[in-house]
Amino acid sequence: MPSLAAALLDLRELDRLARLDTPVHRLDPRAKVLATAAFLATLASFGPREVSALLPLALFPVALAALGEVPFGLLARKTLLGLPFILVLGAFLPWVDRVPVLQLGPLAVSGGWLAFASLLVRGLLAMVTATALVAVTGFGDLCAALDRLGAPRAFSQQLLFLHRYLFLAGEETGRALQARELRAFGRPLAPREYGAFAGHLLTRSWERAERVHAALRARGFDGVLPARAQTAFGTGAWGFLLGWSAFFFLCRWLALPALLGGLLAGGGS
Amino acid sequence: MSHHLVEVRELRHAYPDGTLALDGPTFTLHHGEAVALVGANGAGKSTLLKHLNGTLRAASGEVRVGELPVQAETLAQVRRTVGMVFQDPDDMLFMPTVLEDVAFGPRNLGFPPPEAEARARVALGQVGAAHLAAKAPYHLSVGEKRRCALAAVLAMGPDILVLDEPSTGLDPRGRRLLVGLLQAFTHTRIIATHDLDLASRLCPRTLVLHRGRLVADGPTRAILADRARMESWDLEAWPPEA
Repeated sequence: MPSLAAALLDLRELDRLARLDTPVHRLDPRAKVLATAAFLATLASFGPREVSALLPLALFPVALAALGEVPFGLLARKTLLGLPFILVLGAFLPWVDRVPVLQLGPLAVSGGWLAFASLLVRGLLAMVTATALVAVTGFGDLCAALDRLGAPRAFSQQLLFLHRYLFLAGEETGRALQARELRAFGRPLAPREYGAFAGHLLTRSWERAERVHAALRARGFDGVLPARAQTAFGTGAWGFLLGWSAFFFLCRWLALPALLGGLLAGGGS
Repeated sequence: MSHHLVEVRELRHAYPDGTLALDGPTFTLHHGEAVALVGANGAGKSTLLKHLNGTLRAASGEVRVGELPVQAETLAQVRRTVGMVFQDPDDMLFMPTVLEDVAFGPRNLGFPPPEAEARARVALGQVGAAHLAAKAPYHLSVGEKRRCALAAVLAMGPDILVLDEPSTGLDPRGRRLLVGLLQAFTHTRIIATHDLDLASRLCPRTLVLHRGRLVADGPTRAILADRARMESWDLEAWPPEA
């Protein structure tokens, strides 16, 4: 229950942060979505064993968070939530590819371990960037930006509903768990109780969702949410998009860490 | 016939499990009337209200709003006329901010964004919630949520207000505010409530539902004070015995 409450609190904190008024919040959401898409494409374009070359890309989420006044603690918590999935995805890589490709002192590192490290860095960077994007844009504006960029309306609307129903389902789960805990005196949920609990929860969430839908219909909702206020794609948005795209290009094609290392080594000699 | 009139005739509704929720209530609401709908839990109050704006459709019988029968083809016009404030404001407040939520109805009615926002701000002002416009709905207190849910309906400019248990969960101050607000409105109002004090303050006329049947329709004070009948409907008389 406390972890569920904390997760909901973090989601609400993201919504609160999205209403701050910073230069990065004021940017057209489409610029942020497109820059993030360019970031993810760049991240995905590196070879499977690249690790150090990925690191300069961390500047993007760090800059988003710093300029948008997003607490790094919150970003870390939300990012670590995705860590188990990344670990499960990459768990078999060290066993699939055991050929040593790197010698670190006495330690021979196999291609599989490098691929695992690369997947870990990519996963964490993608998670932290997505979280920062939501925190400096807001889910509603994010969905509206996807809509304006030509994403299928069904997709952007479902995403918005998912966000809202996530809270509903979370609140229902929280209430049900709390009611159970108050009479359980520390006894964990028995396996045979899981089915009844899940079924009960599903029914409650379903009924709640139906009530929400009825309330929406009562206010004229016909399946399409009205478009939100539209911002202009101004020079700031162009500057943001082109500036970061240029940086991603440099990261991808100039191997910045090696270049910086070379420069530092050269400067020191 | 006035276009503000609601007419309910021999309305019947059964839920999928066979429970007969409404068993033939028949009544009319006239322009500008404030009517209380009282009854014990499960008497059919919410079910009846949901028929007035077409959230539920009659299995048999008829509901008319003005000249319009409530049916699939007329739902848009009916819902423009009949604004329903649901029992749980959390079911209504959906959008990221209060202002967007209150503007949601006007946007669906086709108002351009600036006009929808202007209507939303006026409605928030009417319920004393203008200062909540930029807040997220889930950060509000129960009383604030109720006022915003009411604003969400007022912003659509309905002729008839349907309120389901509007005072539930309110503290005395919130309840006083709500009573003051509802007293100030000139809309035709039908209010389902267990709050008999609120009913006696706001509504000169009362309908009593008992097990889906309309068992009384008349002056509020006379009905609520009839101890024997009220107890036979699983209710308590108002005012209570000293």
